[in-house]
Amino acid sequence: MHVAKGFRKKGEKDGSQVSEPAAVRFLLICAALAFLALFLLLPLAAVFAEAFAKGWEAYLAALHEPDTLSAIWLTLLTAAICVPINLFFGIVAAWAIAKFSFRGKSLLITLIDLPFSVSPVVSGLIYVLIFGLQGWLGPWLQAHDIKIIFAVPGIVLATVFVTFPFVARELIPLMESQGRDEEEAALILGASGLQTFFRVTFPNIKWGVLYGVILCNARAMGEFGAVSVVSGHVRGSTNTIPLQVEILYNEYSYAAAFAVASLLALLALVTLVLKTVAEWKIQQGLSINEGER
Amino acid sequence: MSIEIEGVSKNFGQFAALSEVDLIVPSGELVALLGPSGSGKTTLLRIIAGLELPDTGRILFNGEETTKRDVRERHVGFVFQHYALFRHMTVFENIAFGLTVQPRKSRLKKADIRDKVFTLLKLIQLEQLWDRYPAQLSGGQRQRVALARALAVEPQVLLLDEPFGALDAKVRLELRRWLRRLHDEIHVTSVFVTHDQEEALEVANRIVVMSQGKIEQQGTPTEVYDRPATPFVFDFLGNVNLFQGRVHEGMAQMGGMEISSPEHAATNNVSAVGYVRSHDIEIERLSLDASSVQAEVRYILSVGPLVRVDLELSGGEGVEVDLPRDVADKLDLQVGEKVFARPRKVRIFTDDYQI
Repeated sequence: MHVAKGFRKKGEKDGSQVSEPAAVRFLLICAALAFLALFLLLPLAAVFAEAFAKGWEAYLAALHEPDTLSAIWLTLLTAAICVPINLFFGIVAAWAIAKFSFRGKSLLITLIDLPFSVSPVVSGLIYVLIFGLQGWLGPWLQAHDIKIIFAVPGIVLATVFVTFPFVARELIPLMESQGRDEEEAALILGASGLQTFFRVTFPNIKWGVLYGVILCNARAMGEFGAVSVVSGHVRGSTNTIPLQVEILYNEYSYAAAFAVASLLALLALVTLVLKTVAEWKIQQGLSINEGER
Repeated sequence: MSIEIEGVSKNFGQFAALSEVDLIVPSGELVALLGPSGSGKTTLLRIIAGLELPDTGRILFNGEETTKRDVRERHVGFVFQHYALFRHMTVFENIAFGLTVQPRKSRLKKADIRDKVFTLLKLIQLEQLWDRYPAQLSGGQRQRVALARALAVEPQVLLLDEPFGALDAKVRLELRRWLRRLHDEIHVTSVFVTHDQEEALEVANRIVVMSQGKIEQQGTPTEVYDRPATPFVFDFLGNVNLFQGRVHEGMAQMGGMEISSPEHAATNNVSAVGYVRSHDIEIERLSLDASSVQAEVRYILSVGPLVRVDLELSGGEGVEVDLPRDVADKLDLQVGEKVFARPRKVRIFTDDYQI
């Protein structure tokens, strides 16, 4: 009895028997917090401080600038095209990989991961090589008066390439963990492929889909490298928000640059909150799943 | 509806899951596919359901070619080992699923679906839990919901894949009997897969014993238990003791015993294996003739109504004997005591039968 009490005392707070002394815990937590503050919170605060350095009016004026508005519009447009494309592709790919076995499956998985392992600048260059004036399809495109590089289609293409792993990567392990039983049960009960997807598969993965979409969207709006290569930096026409930030910064309009950057920072914060909610919901779904096994 | 399986083979890569299987399931029967894991029983069930396609061979439902027919058009009910309930749907929605996905033309009206689901809920005795989610149910309840869901579409064939495998012993026993009674009521042709011989013997009308992708034997529970066709079946059904020996002109010599074996009258000094169930051995204090052999009691263990006695024969082989409690009490055996063991029923397989 006495011994048990003595043991208890060590990990009193969390009720666990195995724990470090209080001083060590304190030090570890402080180190982690200090690191976060230095590398994450401080820069974030700096962005907003700089953005509002010249007051509210200057902030709003910077955002109202026609070139900036055009950049915001282009960024939204790019995301609005890329996210649905990659949502569709991601679900299809994840479904194929998780629910069927076929030749070349591991090759497909590797290919899906490719954009993660290739530098974004290279991703952009690929498109310049294919569609650019000196590229494979360049002369033909020029002859037919189709502009891809240094125009919106190029930006969309590069962004699609860079962001396509997000949804698929999120869904593959989730769908694999859920197995095929429910789909098979639905088919045997007479459901069609589409009915099976919308009534059985999708409800089980919806939070994972949302999670993937959030990450995909954040990256689509924030992508710099690949877009920078294909955009051509035409003001008011082919600049996205990240490119606009760079231009403003290089022109020493710090307040304006940070004002625009604060939009991206805000996006990051919103993403973080949504991501946490989605993650929590996925966990909930999985624990229900566990209960069923 | 009857099911005929003709020459069905299925390979997964190099692994032959089924080779040339022929089987007829008569209409209204409750058939158990019994075998160890890897024997192909689940693959056969999935081929009947249409979840897998056979590499060769045919499946006939009521004499009608069904091999290539789509899963959805086979009208089978399938109960999965892990239930496979739709986890985001309530019990009611799960059972109603098969009815609500029908094409609009042939779909029942909402009120009719409701009536039907509640009839089924009554059948599985879960009316109170219609609005629960699968995660809120116990294993036995989930399995009953899975069964009701399969029955809702009025299948012509009911297929069950290790239906009680994931349940604890007591629930399993209850559900077994319940399934037996249910089948007596609705008489739908049913096939269930199990690796539990007791379950197969208790529930099924017919047992099909499978091993390594082939059917070893089929017949009524009594037939396969009392007259196992192969050493494998003998070994798989119940506790069994093996004796190595030889047969010569109708007499077998094994483990120091002489046993007459009329069916091997024509053999000439062939090596053979004798199979004796553990409850088919008597223990005596005196040797009456050459069919008994001296043994030493090594271990005694009471298991409920039985007493299990481990003997070591004079030749060194170990033998397990199950005695009814009253017989054991009368004998009053002591560990280390010398006794005689006499097999009541020996089944002798000569080596050409070897597994």
